[in-house]
Amino acid sequence: MSSEENLPSWREIPIAGVPYKPSTEYKTGDWKVYKPVINYEKCTKCMFCHTYCPDGAIKIREDGFPEPDYDFCKGCGICAEECPVKAIEMVKD
Amino acid sequence: MSEIRTLKDLAQKPDLLMSGHRLCAGCAAGTIVRLALKATRGPTIIANATGCLEVATTIFPYSSWKVPWIHNAFENVAATASGIEAAFRAMKRINKGPLAKYEHVDVIAFAGDGGTYDIGFQALSGAFERGHDFLYILYDNEAYMNTGIQRSGGTPRCAWTTTSPAGSVIPGKREWKKPIARIAAEHEIPYVATASPAYPMDLVRKVRKGLEVEGPAFIHVLSPCTRGWRYPPEKTIKIAKLAVETCFFPLWEAEFKDGEVVYTLSAPSERIARKPELKKPVEEYLKLQGRFSHLFRPKKREDLINEIQQWVDREWKLILKRCGKL
Amino acid sequence: MAVKQIVMGLNGDEAVAYAIKQVDPDVVAAYPITPQTIIVERFSEYVANGEVHTEFVAVESEHSALSACVGAAAAGARAFTATAANGLALMWEILYIASSCRLPIVMAIVNRALSGPINIHCDHSDAMGARDSGWIQIFCENSQEAYDSVIQAWRIAEHPDVQLPVMVCLDGFVLSHTLENVMTLPDDVVKKFVGERKFVTVKNHFGKEVPFILDPENPITIGPLDLYDFYFEHKMQQIDAMGKAPKVIEEIGKEYGELSGRTYGLVHPYKLEDAEIAIVGLGSTMGTAEIVVDKLREKGVKAGLLRIRSFRPFPVQQIIENLKDKKVIGVLDRAVSFGAYGGPLFNEIRNIFYDQDIRPLISNYIYGLGGRDMPPQRLMVIFDDLQKIAETGRIEKTVKYIGVRG
Repeated sequence: MSSEENLPSWREIPIAGVPYKPSTEYKTGDWKVYKPVINYEKCTKCMFCHTYCPDGAIKIREDGFPEPDYDFCKGCGICAEECPVKAIEMVKD
Repeated sequence: MSEIRTLKDLAQKPDLLMSGHRLCAGCAAGTIVRLALKATRGPTIIANATGCLEVATTIFPYSSWKVPWIHNAFENVAATASGIEAAFRAMKRINKGPLAKYEHVDVIAFAGDGGTYDIGFQALSGAFERGHDFLYILYDNEAYMNTGIQRSGGTPRCAWTTTSPAGSVIPGKREWKKPIARIAAEHEIPYVATASPAYPMDLVRKVRKGLEVEGPAFIHVLSPCTRGWRYPPEKTIKIAKLAVETCFFPLWEAEFKDGEVVYTLSAPSERIARKPELKKPVEEYLKLQGRFSHLFRPKKREDLINEIQQWVDREWKLILKRCGKL
Repeated sequence: MAVKQIVMGLNGDEAVAYAIKQVDPDVVAAYPITPQTIIVERFSEYVANGEVHTEFVAVESEHSALSACVGAAAAGARAFTATAANGLALMWEILYIASSCRLPIVMAIVNRALSGPINIHCDHSDAMGARDSGWIQIFCENSQEAYDSVIQAWRIAEHPDVQLPVMVCLDGFVLSHTLENVMTLPDDVVKKFVGERKFVTVKNHFGKEVPFILDPENPITIGPLDLYDFYFEHKMQQIDAMGKAPKVIEEIGKEYGELSGRTYGLVHPYKLEDAEIAIVGLGSTMGTAEIVVDKLREKGVKAGLLRIRSFRPFPVQQIIENLKDKKVIGVLDRAVSFGAYGGPLFNEIRNIFYDQDIRPLISNYIYGLGGRDMPPQRLMVIFDDLQKIAETGRIEKTVKYIGVRG
């Protein structure tokens, strides 16, 4: 079956069903329809967006500003909804 | 827990739940677990019951967990955690074995309302009675969400679920929400708390307290579910907040001290106790959720909404009394 | 040269408890059920007197007992539990999880009939219900063997080629509650034999080869969700491990023999080499049958028996080797599979002979359900039947029920 072709054999995978790949290899970013865009003029670095994101898809940069990780962002919009200064806009991806 | 005082401090803590998990967009469980793990002090071992969290974070060959993690079955996370804790204790006793190198190990059990209120209740009660040193975190999305939104003991009255649908004769679940946190408190375990992801610092403080306490600790976290509660995903935190603001889900702690269960209100609910005019009518909470839409359309069911309001008021009064606010 | 041993008067349960005391596992999580109760009671005494370092978890059900053992074993501990009948039935879902998680848990099963009606006496229906679960199943003939097998079980389970949980079965009441002379090894000899638990390694999801333990230093994930793309492969790994188990069981049985003077294998033949008729079965009844075989031999009948010790993995080659040249075999089943053609052991034996050129006649005798006694007289009835079959060369009725009224 073509969908099973490139998968490893039973001898090649760890025993006991132990997973051997981090979930970061699975990019959930293609789930989103809308993506968050941050207006850094308005952003007060309050950290709410990073705190509430269910996917940890808003990282904090060196300079302390939040940055969405579009590889994993599912576009749920919680960050935009909760931003106290409305610095995040959900834009069609 | 002096090192986490602000959200900025919290943001510095590592994310022990990696991205790439397949929880629904807007799932509160993702937020709750991320926050809970930021509150850990390490070393940590996690046991997870079957459910949304377990399934979405460990689809073979992927795993989202940066800490050791085991999934056993649906109804036995408390027993599994008991076994892990017992293993550590035994190894420490003779200072031999792979975990003996640690001063202490924090064992955390994650489970949904399915694995806690209903099928997991026996194991939960047993683990509490035996006094194992572990923290049990219940992420309550108020139905068996992973199998398709079936009712649980945690489903509130009148909520639509697939096994308690809102039909022409019966308007959703007939029964009331089991007071699981109070039941846990009555087991006379050292620490019980309720929390909401809308109040992250409160949640984090409680998780840390649960870990630090010696013996069983239980935290009941409300976990709004965009799929099962029927609301747009961006509203998750808003709904988690309204639940507290309407006193549908009050925030409190209960500690077993000197032979007595002592209840304390947490700040977000304490505010309302001090200024009752802040208490929002439960209708504001219900009308945002599609699972309660039959209470509003085609015709508004004042009778049922009033019933729910009375239940909320009754439970709130009970908590206020226990907290010595009445 | 076997080590010096001490004879103790122990019943089967006490023998198991004593063996576990000597092994001194990290965790024992158990729930009482007749006829296993003496194991947990005796062990609780050892714990209360500080004779073991074990953390005894007095769980609230058998399901939680095995669940706690899974958690403990995954965290790197040696974990033990014991149960019977409906207790095993209650644990059923966790049996599969324990074996698929490749955890070397050891469990004593004191064979008792499954309800209903509720019956606390011996039959093999409980262990038979678990035969597909991926556990190694050892059936003991007497309390001595129960003692010896519980000690060997750890080495079998923890062997890097195996990594599977082991259940050691002993007949309820017949063995569990009957006093016997048991030769026990000294504590240090047992300790040396079982050694420290050694761990296999796995590749974790950070690409690192780490010990298979829930260790915060090297995190692994145990018990993921499998979709249809990987479940089959995971089962193949278990099949492979079971395939390697017979050799390990024999090796450990031999090593134990050098230590104790009692060697154990996958099957135990008795006066079988030149036998023409033979019975095959599990457990204590085979011990009783040795007396019947002796009696027949005195009368000049070429009778013999094969006791199967390892039911899982099923010792195909050994059974064929021992029985292929017999005229007639009577397979004794102390369990029933309702709706099947004959009992579980009968089905497995018949199956392996199908491909053989020379096949004995194979007849099934279901006996002893719910503790129905199986004294020598009833066994003699079976041998009489086998002789008749040998004479006529035909089996009139393949599946017979011995000892039931009507």
